[in-house]
Amino acid sequence: MTGSRSPRIERTEAEDGLASVVLRIPSDIREVEPVVELMAHHCFDGLSPCQRTTFRLRVALTEALANAILRGNREDPAKSVSVRAELGSDSIRIEVADEGDGFGWPTTTPVLPESLEDERGRGLFIISRLADRVEFNDQGNVIWMTLPRC
Amino acid sequence: MGFSRSAAGQVTVIKVDGQLIVGNRQELKALVQEALEAGSRKFLIDCTQTGYIDSSGLGALVTISKKVREAGGELRLAGLNDDLRSLFELTKLDSLFHIAASVDDALKGF
Repeated sequence: MTGSRSPRIERTEAEDGLASVVLRIPSDIREVEPVVELMAHHCFDGLSPCQRTTFRLRVALTEALANAILRGNREDPAKSVSVRAELGSDSIRIEVADEGDGFGWPTTTPVLPESLEDERGRGLFIISRLADRVEFNDQGNVIWMTLPRC
Repeated sequence: MGFSRSAAGQVTVIKVDGQLIVGNRQELKALVQEALEAGSRKFLIDCTQTGYIDSSGLGALVTISKKVREAGGELRLAGLNDDLRSLFELTKLDSLFHIAASVDDALKGF
């Protein structure tokens, strides 16, 4: 981990062979890449997914973590982000929860010509295109993304 | 992992080794800004060894490209794999950048 200890990851194996992976990280963007790699390792452990599948998970999870740390927790060191992945036989449902007040789905689309040169505003759009399913809680501080596992 | 800068004639080549994401995008912006201030006007971002890019990385490329253009220069991208190219296509950023298949292709006529 960059500048910090590795987060403690908890993996639970259910009797039906399905597993869940849980970890909690501080609100520090330097944590994003190592956490994404750690989650990808656990999500695809023992499998041989195609490059596209692992790419989708890595990018979607990076976006969700960045949103949680920057927009949700506003990089407040007193707040943390929790990540939970439920591993199905052919899909992964990832929950990313922050301790912020929540935010709504953007009302603009970043692919309009007038928005193309904006630096920001593509994160949730990219998640919506890479994940098979995206859900939020009412408050807007928890996102669930369903992605393929094979 | 990280960024390395080299020169190919008049072109400043920046190789992105690993990820271009929220955690390191400022480093890339600073590298290009430094080269712009030193007089460089032609930039090539080599993505041959790039794993993935997130929206922050894409946003950084958009901003860098705009700055270079405003200074009278040009920024090109090269070596994107199919996954990276698909990101540019779904965000329509493929219409904003000159994207070459390889570094050699990008340098031709630059």
